[in-house]
Amino acid sequence: MRDLLRRPVWPLVALLLLNLAVMPSFFAVRLQDGRLYGSLIDILHNGAPLALAALGMTLVIATRGIDLSVGTVVAISGAVACTWIASSPDPASPGTALTGIGLALALAAALGAWNGFLVARLGIQPIIATLVLMTAGRGLAQLVTDGQIITVNNGFFAGISGSALLAVPLTVVVAAAVYALVALVTRRTALGTLVEAVGINPEASRLAGVRSQSIVWTVYVFAALCAAVAGLMISSNVNAADANNAGLWLELDAILAVVIGGTSLAGGRYSIAGTLLGALTIQTLTTTIYSVGIPPEVSLVFKALVVILVFLAQAPKVRALMRRRRRRRDDAPPPAATAVPAETAGSGR
Amino acid sequence: MTAVAERVRHAAGRRVPTRFLPVVVTFALFVLMFAGGGLRYESFASGQVLLNLLIDNSFLVVLAVGMTFVILTGGIDLSVGSVVALSTMVAAALLRAGWSPVLVMLVVLVGGAVFGLAMGAVIHYLEIQPFIVTLAGMFLARGLCYVIDLESIPIDDPLFRTIAQTAVPLGGELFVSPSVLVATVVVAIAVYVLHLTRFGRTVYAVGGNPQSAMLMGLRVAQARVGVYVISGACSALAGLLFTFYMLSGYSLHAVGMELDAIAAVVIGGTLLTGGSGFVLGSVLGVLVLGTIQTILSFEGTLSSWWSRIVIGLLLLVFVVLQRVLARRGVA
Amino acid sequence: MDRSALVEMTGISVAFGPVQALQSVDLRLHPGEVHALMGENGAGKSTLIKTLTGVHPVDAGEIRVRGEPVAFAGPAAAQAAGISTVYQEVNLCPNLSVGENLLLGREPRRAGRIDWRGVRRRAAEVLGRLHLDVDPSSPLGAHSIALQQLVAIARAVEVEARVLVLDEPTSSLDASEVAELFRVVRRLRESGVAILFVSHFIEQVFEISDRMTVLRNGRLVGEYATADISRRQLVSAMVGRELEVLEQLDRAPAEPAADAEPPVLAATGLGRRGAIEPVDLAVRPGEVVGLAGLLGSGRTELARLLFGADRADTGELTVGGRPVRLRTPRAAIDAGIAFSPEDRKAEGVVADLSVRANIVLAMQASRGWMRRIPRRKQDELARRWIELLDIRPADPDALLGNLSGGNQQKVLLARWLITQPRLLILDEPTRGIDVGAKAQIQALVAEQAREGTAVVFISAELDEVVRLSDRVLVLRDRRPVAQLAGEDVELDRVMELIATGGGARA
Repeated sequence: MRDLLRRPVWPLVALLLLNLAVMPSFFAVRLQDGRLYGSLIDILHNGAPLALAALGMTLVIATRGIDLSVGTVVAISGAVACTWIASSPDPASPGTALTGIGLALALAAALGAWNGFLVARLGIQPIIATLVLMTAGRGLAQLVTDGQIITVNNGFFAGISGSALLAVPLTVVVAAAVYALVALVTRRTALGTLVEAVGINPEASRLAGVRSQSIVWTVYVFAALCAAVAGLMISSNVNAADANNAGLWLELDAILAVVIGGTSLAGGRYSIAGTLLGALTIQTLTTTIYSVGIPPEVSLVFKALVVILVFLAQAPKVRALMRRRRRRRDDAPPPAATAVPAETAGSGR
Repeated sequence: MTAVAERVRHAAGRRVPTRFLPVVVTFALFVLMFAGGGLRYESFASGQVLLNLLIDNSFLVVLAVGMTFVILTGGIDLSVGSVVALSTMVAAALLRAGWSPVLVMLVVLVGGAVFGLAMGAVIHYLEIQPFIVTLAGMFLARGLCYVIDLESIPIDDPLFRTIAQTAVPLGGELFVSPSVLVATVVVAIAVYVLHLTRFGRTVYAVGGNPQSAMLMGLRVAQARVGVYVISGACSALAGLLFTFYMLSGYSLHAVGMELDAIAAVVIGGTLLTGGSGFVLGSVLGVLVLGTIQTILSFEGTLSSWWSRIVIGLLLLVFVVLQRVLARRGVA
Repeated sequence: MDRSALVEMTGISVAFGPVQALQSVDLRLHPGEVHALMGENGAGKSTLIKTLTGVHPVDAGEIRVRGEPVAFAGPAAAQAAGISTVYQEVNLCPNLSVGENLLLGREPRRAGRIDWRGVRRRAAEVLGRLHLDVDPSSPLGAHSIALQQLVAIARAVEVEARVLVLDEPTSSLDASEVAELFRVVRRLRESGVAILFVSHFIEQVFEISDRMTVLRNGRLVGEYATADISRRQLVSAMVGRELEVLEQLDRAPAEPAADAEPPVLAATGLGRRGAIEPVDLAVRPGEVVGLAGLLGSGRTELARLLFGADRADTGELTVGGRPVRLRTPRAAIDAGIAFSPEDRKAEGVVADLSVRANIVLAMQASRGWMRRIPRRKQDELARRWIELLDIRPADPDALLGNLSGGNQQKVLLARWLITQPRLLILDEPTRGIDVGAKAQIQALVAEQAREGTAVVFISAELDEVVRLSDRVLVLRDRRPVAQLAGEDVELDRVMELIATGGGARA
């Protein structure tokens, strides 16, 4: 909780209040046909794929990495599952759907292992290594779907996003379960600590005997699996796989969510709660833009402005400048002789 | 130790210098692909097909030139595709409002440069990662497109139409578009700046070792901010060329074009870590990407997504090649 | 004020956060003189140089050049005032050509554009003046570090510097290259340049310098004329003798019978090119073996080979009598070896993790991430070792980065001690920490040995090495010089060997 409070909650709170002001019924939740409905539920439901992708991204970033291939893995997993279901002799049976889902997850795990191989084994910079899959992946997805939008009519598959458990949308339940699972695993095992150790000081971790390679592999596989689940949700939501547009730029939103949540791109300490907060902030922003009546396409401008605001507020340099100004107001003016040029201060590490 | 140095020196002297190797590989690749296409398809290996490569990709060439500057310093610019789209929108909207076409072009170019200046200043002075800053720039530019108009805006300005329809004859049956000439001039200026000015050499130095560049007393700030100004201006110019090509402004123009630009630069042999690479390599990278498209269109039965897969594979090959070269350089 | 001084620095103080890097240090440089700046690691040499060259601002004190007070805003300003520097690491751009590196930022230009022919001509001229046979158009990165260093010096010389600062320029040069460098330095001296020469190679300093300033722990020890000081005096000025506030350690010399036991670790001909020449070394249970030598003598390099942190290219290793190949730290840890590295901050401390997590890190790494050490066990271990080593603050949840150097070091020791290693390699465990913590760490080392752990102990402070060690391996210029045992382990004898090499090569 203390951890959560330190994260920037203000953007989310401000957005929610804004919504309340514009639409007093914003916080209303109603039960209909055994499922909850309402703006808040929509935010959770629509935000579930992003929240999942951001969760995987959090662990990758904690190891000083980054995964640009999240969006394409989303497209591939949807494509694989839908193509399998659509081309099977029994496209409506739950068994077919399950096999398709299994295939999608297995392929995603393989793609994650591929990223891990390039980063951990070959030592290629993560941003470059995952750029390869980011570029080729969408082509692979189109190869699977043969360039078509594959529509499926499978009740079980549609249920991923359409059904509810105890009135809560299944997407939300699944996302919550994965968050809980990760929170549990990183707490109950030493994975969380070792991931942070590798991210904070790789050399010290190596000298302490940490098997950083296998840890890096693990987080990339996990990130791909999260993306695959997100992809299944997205394609189940529309009962189709759109290799071209599914998950487009999702990796960028996921990275944003992680960073808004207070995890540094430089690696090290991460916050799962913060990431959840970040993902919800982004989703609420999107929803707010709808409810305030701004054309949804313009949402990007607001997204950009929020990103710029949050980052400026978080940047160490800006904070230092503000602190200095505050101190300057308190103290006598300092001697002007020792001006540090920006370059010196910038790259002095 | 001296003996080892001697041996290295001789080895380096006799073979192709390592820094040229990726460009040579890219060139060979381009020639092979083009020759392969020529053997397989009739009328492929014609001068005009080659020139069409340039005509269809002149905006990408300009974009890749700007991206090369940024990547040489070790940075990245994710905003270029969106800035292209924004430029088409601004141009189309201002023309619709009755502005003079020359003034419109000026406004677009200056706007792109200012956009880049703002991003560069934030990156350098506030020390926020280029990745994040240009990502915000990408969202902002794309969003501003929608603010201008949600629909595509057609352009019927006579000057723009004339430029779009002009064919510059090169003798024989061959011709190019004015955009190709513009792109050629941009490439020439870029080569000049990178290789014959102190600014250009500082760009390389910053990418090689920023700490050293600072200790050598070079103008690091000027170079690090300057490359984003150049990239912004190049994106705006590419946007104008794209406007000539499409004769419309549209928010969904050039989606994902930043990836093509980055891919062209990497395939052209520029290190993503900075400090090594050539503008001409990036031009070759664009030509390779264009050839892939051309072959796919000649093939007809091969689907378009193969181009993405092939580009991804090429990226992989070049990234691994760079890694191997870097390791050998260290040892 | 000294009228003849070209550069006069007085009362220079610099602090990095809570760390006082320099405290009221003076330095004077005269034209036509080579002035050596001496001191062990952490003495403040690099910081002093960086204040002179405009990289760090000073907190207090004054710098005068030709009598005029100056405040350089950056390296460029210092260069404009005629002060050029060649830093410890080669600060050039390996991706550019040799010629460009020589002239970057001041290339000859014609009509605004770089005149490449002029660059090549000028570069060839400068290289020729130093008699360096290098192709100016070859990329710098293709050359050895030694050559790159010479290019860096050539760059500094090219600007017609009045003051040339050479920060450990010889650390990677071989004898003939050093001779070449010194030839250049002498010529520059004759032409009236003031040269500040930093090196830890005592022979080189005596060979080239006219005057020297010695620093220790950020303070000025003194300025001496080279002719007036002996090697012994210099070494003791640099190393210093701690005040005897340290408790007397009751170290009984290791039993002679220990020779019969198989060594925990034995190295034969263990070496790595460019780092340390082949060394023979055996460490028995309960024995403390000290590695003595100045910075750059190869003491750290040897320790890293013993732990598998770097790979040896020659030699054999046995652990408990069985031959092993330590290709990674992991393998060494599995063999029961622990290593506390010299550069605490870069290689030991995981700053953003808690004290508890840092203490259990190595043990947890051995178990793998699946088998987490139960929280209760972690708490118990942390509590016990915090108390045992008197770690302050006594808060297992404090972030390690917020602790003082001495307490960080104790945490790193705890990290290894809970794994109950058979061999403990400690590289400068007492550097930069206060006297109280130092005494505690020394007592701990003695106790570990008493309990049967084999210890390899490295310290720049020789009296500490001598007091703790049963045997001492003396290293000099990346070579083993002598091994002392029993009665021979004595401060004067060790200093003598370090200063002179003992005349014999082991």
